[in-house]
Amino acid sequence: MPQRLEATNDFVVKFANVNGSGSASANRLFAKAILRMGVPATPRNIFPSNIQGLPTWYEVRVSEKGYLGARGGIDLAVAMNPQTWDRDVKEIEPGGYLFYDSSKPMPDSKFRKDVNVIGVPLTEMCNNAYSDPRQRQLFKNIIYVGALAALLDIEAAVVEQLLAEQFKGKDKLIAPNVAAFHMGRDWALKNLQCPLGIRVARRDAIGDKIFLEGNSAAALGAVYGGASVCAWYPITPSSSVAEAFERHCRRYRTDKETGKGRYAIVQAEDELASIGMVIGAAWNGARAFTATSGPGVSLMQEFLGLAYFAEIPAVVIDVQRGGPSTGMPTRNQQSDVLSCAYASHGDTKHVLLFPEDPRECFEFGATAFDLADRLQTPIFVMLELEIGMNERLCAPLAWDPARKLDRGKVMTAADLDAARTFGRYLDVDGDGIPYRTLPGTHPSKGAFFTRGTTKDRMARYSEEGPDYVDNMERLLRKFATAARLVPPAIAKPAREATRAGVIYYGSTSPAMDEALDVLRERNIHLDALRIRAFPFGPEVEAFLDAHDSVFLVEQNRDAQMRTLIVNELGVDPARIVPVLNFDGSPITARFIVNAIAERMTGANVKPLRKAVP
Amino acid sequence: MTYIAKPKFRHPSLPTNALGFTRRDYEGTVSTLCAGCGHDSISAAIIQACFELSLPPHRIAKLSGIGCSSKTPTYFLGASHGFNSVHGRMPSVLTGANLANRELVYLGVSGDGDSASIGLGQFAHAIRRGVNMLYIVENNGVYGLTKGQFSATSDRGSKSKKGVVNTDEPIDLVGMALQLGATFVGRSFSGDKAQLVPLIKAGLLHGGAAFIDCISPCVAFNNHEGSTRSFDYVRAHNEAVNRLDVIPARAEITADYAPGETVDVRQHDGSVIRLKKVAADYDTSDRVGALTYLQRRQEAGEIVTGLLYLDEEPVDLHQSLKTAEKPLNALSDAELCPGAGELAKFNASLR
Repeated sequence: MPQRLEATNDFVVKFANVNGSGSASANRLFAKAILRMGVPATPRNIFPSNIQGLPTWYEVRVSEKGYLGARGGIDLAVAMNPQTWDRDVKEIEPGGYLFYDSSKPMPDSKFRKDVNVIGVPLTEMCNNAYSDPRQRQLFKNIIYVGALAALLDIEAAVVEQLLAEQFKGKDKLIAPNVAAFHMGRDWALKNLQCPLGIRVARRDAIGDKIFLEGNSAAALGAVYGGASVCAWYPITPSSSVAEAFERHCRRYRTDKETGKGRYAIVQAEDELASIGMVIGAAWNGARAFTATSGPGVSLMQEFLGLAYFAEIPAVVIDVQRGGPSTGMPTRNQQSDVLSCAYASHGDTKHVLLFPEDPRECFEFGATAFDLADRLQTPIFVMLELEIGMNERLCAPLAWDPARKLDRGKVMTAADLDAARTFGRYLDVDGDGIPYRTLPGTHPSKGAFFTRGTTKDRMARYSEEGPDYVDNMERLLRKFATAARLVPPAIAKPAREATRAGVIYYGSTSPAMDEALDVLRERNIHLDALRIRAFPFGPEVEAFLDAHDSVFLVEQNRDAQMRTLIVNELGVDPARIVPVLNFDGSPITARFIVNAIAERMTGANVKPLRKAVP
Repeated sequence: MTYIAKPKFRHPSLPTNALGFTRRDYEGTVSTLCAGCGHDSISAAIIQACFELSLPPHRIAKLSGIGCSSKTPTYFLGASHGFNSVHGRMPSVLTGANLANRELVYLGVSGDGDSASIGLGQFAHAIRRGVNMLYIVENNGVYGLTKGQFSATSDRGSKSKKGVVNTDEPIDLVGMALQLGATFVGRSFSGDKAQLVPLIKAGLLHGGAAFIDCISPCVAFNNHEGSTRSFDYVRAHNEAVNRLDVIPARAEITADYAPGETVDVRQHDGSVIRLKKVAADYDTSDRVGALTYLQRRQEAGEIVTGLLYLDEEPVDLHQSLKTAEKPLNALSDAELCPGAGELAKFNASLR
């Protein structure tokens, strides 16, 4: 008999399924049931670029301590896909568990000696209970949830309640689903040793936290931030941002009497048209955004340059993924940092925001529009597939009832009549931000012709060098203003004084939190700084100054944030040590701990790369 | 081009329109195009049309791409906001602008390089969405600013100034606009102001996607023997199917023509287009018939001009999207932001 892993509320379950088999809702039911028992759980979709037939995985990390990052390894594999059997079995930790459909015999060679095998004849049970092939497939998923509930001590009443909520309005479906759940549960209780060494026990560790996807949260942020025009082109993993925006707008922005909407959404013919529409709408005073991913940002380059030079507010929600083609693009990366920061031709720099979870996706999704109007420039909200397309436990979304939308420097007809000088590119306030007028404002004042470059402060056509330089220097002043307005980086000081630091951003956050705990237990102390925006505020420079060496943890090959820091802050590159995860899987605490511990000896941190004398 | 600045004074007896504006109030800065350029005639026609319609200049937004034609919005409607965007992408910028404020008049100015080559996709999609606009292509069959390369509307067999013969089939933007569902399609010639001005007026008043292909010879690079876009060639092959007058809404309609010679078409805004038929059997309400007619005449080497198709009840993008009547750029915080109470309910649904 292999040893049995023993753990309560601290394990990883990975479901291996076939895409399109209806497993997603059953797996979600499983994760949700654990959350309802008051135990933090984080699901992750690992899915192919495919609609039906290819392998797909759903990983649930259960962690009473609230570690929401990916852990690595599997304690219980639910192997429902013969295609991936071998690799799924290989990933199981020694002493872990393998749950499989035992309707057909499997050769001994397909099992591992150090893994506990749990066979449930799912297909046989389905075939006996149902005649309709589609029902056989769908209920098989619910049956395995039932069996797992018995094996992991998940409360039946919780699952019944969730099924009732899920099928509310389609009440006929509740009873058969509950029956299928109990079919699996009863079989397991009767035939298997329940519970396993790993199990769930009711706790109160969730509080008022909510469970949602970052894409939906960012879209809701856009609604709260006053976006009324959305133009987009379908691309994974960002399509669900636009789809969620439409859903939220139908709910919150539709006139009940007329059925008319206080919003406009256009699925454009490509990303060029998407950003073109956003720029046109924003030029004309509506808050507008597009949602896209890396390839879309590539296509938008020319327009982004125009928006930078012509100073048009525009919001781009970029849900990052792997590079071109299909396949890797359904995996996570932080690889658009540089292509967004310096998007386009000519001398350009853009404002980027890096949310860590759905709550910040909402917050930044709204704030981006205030920043865009205030700074009159494109703002990128840098989501990632990891937080965009996975449901994540996070603090509830918050909105200050007193908050007003900041429309920035827009001159009204009254302002123009008050004889204030209007020069579209005139720096009146010394912050680099000029005033603008919207088309249609005044019968005789304030009209101007919008161009990229080639203009003077009064928006008159000018090919003169000094006029160009004057304008470009003002844009730098504006960028310095941006550094004061964007969300500042958040420091997490170590408990003991240290000269070593670590910088991270975006979806790395939960893995980093966990890694810092583990490192501390190993007597390795690091001050941490989570960057939330570009341009960098003074706190980033101060953090770098205060440490001899700093690790920069990111999820791309080329250490793009490091490049940005070195380039923008003039830091000696040798002082920033990259820790890079870029295979498409979400970064884990194990990875970070190993990478950092390897480079540090004991608790005494020394500069990692001394200059050669 | 001239380098002498336009004098600001005006003759006290200049006629004014219903708003009290003179024609000068619709002008822009002095043109920097070549002397004799067809595009300047189109700018003049736009100025005339807006003056005659008594449109408040600041309620017009003029948008363009890149190229000689796209430079022209500086030369008319100086009191209107203008946007010189990127090459071939005016249609998307105009679409977005229109979404933000449905109450302005949108005038898109483009060229054959801008719309038929780099911007063919955006041209097509703006038309098929039914964006409420007047889209004018100043079509000279050549790239002017980059000095004389063929454009995608150049006829096969047409000769460039350097003597090169074009071997590619031309793209007919009028035919495309008809196929893509434009609800107002016209073609004219920059040298025929009497036809062009009323066509622009009718297009500006149209409540959907209005498209005018305006042949506009390039005096610098495409006005020679062997070109099918020269002034001489177009004059010799211009076949107008109709002439029109535009009678704005609420204006008195007087009969100048004997019955049977004219057809009155009422547009959605109440204005009337009075068509004086030249080709007796041409029917402006028959989209398929128009396509066939155009292709037959093109085969015969003729350039068909006039109002070629009109749908009196166009459906525009805002109607399709069911957007609110109030312009989106004028919505208040309360109309946009659902507030803290709704957010609490949203949070509660996610536990």
